[in-house]
Amino acid sequence: MAAPPVPPPASQVKPGGLRGWIYKRLPIQEFIAEQLTGYYAPKNFNIWYFFGSLALVVLVLQLVTGIFLTMFYKPGEATSFDSVEFIMREVQWGWLIRYMHSTGASVFFIVVYLHMFRAMLYGSYKAPRELLWLIGMLVYLALMAEAFFGYVLPWGNMSFWGAQVIVNLFGTIPVIGPGLVLWIRGDYGIADATLGRFFALHVAAVPLAILLLVALHLVALRQTGSNNPDGIEIKERVGADGHPLDGIPFHPYYTVKDIVGVGVMLVLLAIVVFFVPTFGGLFLEGPNFEPANPMSTPEHIAPVWYFTPYYAILRAVPDQRLGALLMFLAVALFVFLPWLDRSPVKSMRYRGILSRGALAMFAVSFVVLGYLGLQPAEGVYVVLARIFAVGYFLFFFLMPWYSRVDRVKPVPERVIYHDHH
Amino acid sequence: MAGDGVIGDNQVDTSRRVFLTTATAATGAIGVAFALVPFISSWMPSERARAFGAPTELDISKIDPGQLVIVVWRKQPIFIVRRTPAMLASLAGHDDRLKDPKSDDSDQPPYAKNLQRARNPEYLVLIGVCTHLGCMPKARFEAGFPELGADWPGGFFCPCHGSRFDLSGRVFDGSPASVNLRVPPYAFANDHTLVIGVSDVNQKGTA
Repeated sequence: MAAPPVPPPASQVKPGGLRGWIYKRLPIQEFIAEQLTGYYAPKNFNIWYFFGSLALVVLVLQLVTGIFLTMFYKPGEATSFDSVEFIMREVQWGWLIRYMHSTGASVFFIVVYLHMFRAMLYGSYKAPRELLWLIGMLVYLALMAEAFFGYVLPWGNMSFWGAQVIVNLFGTIPVIGPGLVLWIRGDYGIADATLGRFFALHVAAVPLAILLLVALHLVALRQTGSNNPDGIEIKERVGADGHPLDGIPFHPYYTVKDIVGVGVMLVLLAIVVFFVPTFGGLFLEGPNFEPANPMSTPEHIAPVWYFTPYYAILRAVPDQRLGALLMFLAVALFVFLPWLDRSPVKSMRYRGILSRGALAMFAVSFVVLGYLGLQPAEGVYVVLARIFAVGYFLFFFLMPWYSRVDRVKPVPERVIYHDHH
Repeated sequence: MAGDGVIGDNQVDTSRRVFLTTATAATGAIGVAFALVPFISSWMPSERARAFGAPTELDISKIDPGQLVIVVWRKQPIFIVRRTPAMLASLAGHDDRLKDPKSDDSDQPPYAKNLQRARNPEYLVLIGVCTHLGCMPKARFEAGFPELGADWPGGFFCPCHGSRFDLSGRVFDGSPASVNLRVPPYAFANDHTLVIGVSDVNQKGTA
């Protein structure tokens, strides 16, 4: 591969005319130089490195489609369901905008889960990227809140009962629980008041928080630089030009690569939007096509697929307070990964059978729990949920042990890279 | 250098500056805390929601023996069952399979803390909200109901997470719910009028 072109320092380029006038007043050049052309990313990125930029694209998709839905949606017990039906049947192209938004929510979680798994695969949460991982976890938490609030807004029967179950989880907190639930709902049941505040949180408060956190996530990434499949710090080997030997400028190399990923994702998204928008009840659940009815619980309540691993853990525990606690713990444990992991190497490429086996066990447990969370809470499903919940938690609780005693391979000094002739 | 009132090289009284900064920040924090009050309070039930939470009445003379009637009080389904002698008899004999047979840990007015969990044993009044996570349990009054096993004495079954309750709303072992179905405050204004929401018909407020 030819040596990457070295852009001249931004300060040396001083165009005249309108551009010069603007550059003098707004540091656009410096921003591009720092963030894109002058940001050196490892040259050995693989397919796992698509999902960060894809998440950004889905975020924009959700913001744009969400803004347009807000123009037609009317929050309220009497109006919500009808206004969504109005969007679906009478607003020009409204069905497309709404299906893009509802499918986008699921795609967001697919992309984010793969992005998180990438970090676990290559040890990207380890020093010096602990804060980058923590900020990412906050994005994930905000995203879960955003998805939950959004799910309540159409005011279908599953919206109502899903909200009932999730809000009542807070009632299991000792002493303050019942008062807290009343405060969250603003009424003696899930009602108009609840819908109004969830709408405000969904369209204003949480999106603002997500945008801020994503900006912080990117700033923290620029500070430490990207990890890579070999888990080698490329900044430690710098060439004569001051840039990492194993790095290439993010723009144009990775922007062009990412555009290909975006194209593939949009094709898949379009297939779902046009041909299977409900995705067999996984992306949009059947009972949500009837209006909320406080007097009729759906035959079996299941959240949308991206919450089902945690829901399966909640239902696997016979004691409700412990179940709620373990469910929240299952989410919170990711936060502690940087400190639970005692391995001297980052990437799974150079770790031994123990770390690899544990990660495989975790991945299988997560997927199987996700399936079980969609099934009724009875018989063999509950037994299996208990078994796989143990697998889920052992991955975290045993990590300080197995990551230390695991036999690791020597890490090369330079990243592994094969030329494409 | 920055000791008590010591003037530093650049003639700055550091301890005085730290004290003033801290005092200003603390005063500001108290102000912010007070400013939060209206925003947090705005999430509590509005005056309108409170007014709609007033007691509700039901004519119980029209309920058939063994029938379940559901009325809404405070947006919650209230179950009223006129229990037959057979249904009342079904309450005995399975205490060992219950989590809280004497309703010690459960939520009910004092007059409903008995075997029948009722003021008048014939009329069962329950909040029809599963104490697990708030779904509405379904009536499964028939003893030995096929899906619930031959030893099922009759009661309520929650479809969401499988909690089971007997005919006075007491929770069975093996259910995710840990306490019995709640009993709302209620009173009988006369032979045929049930008032839900107050423990004493002369009392206007809510319990």
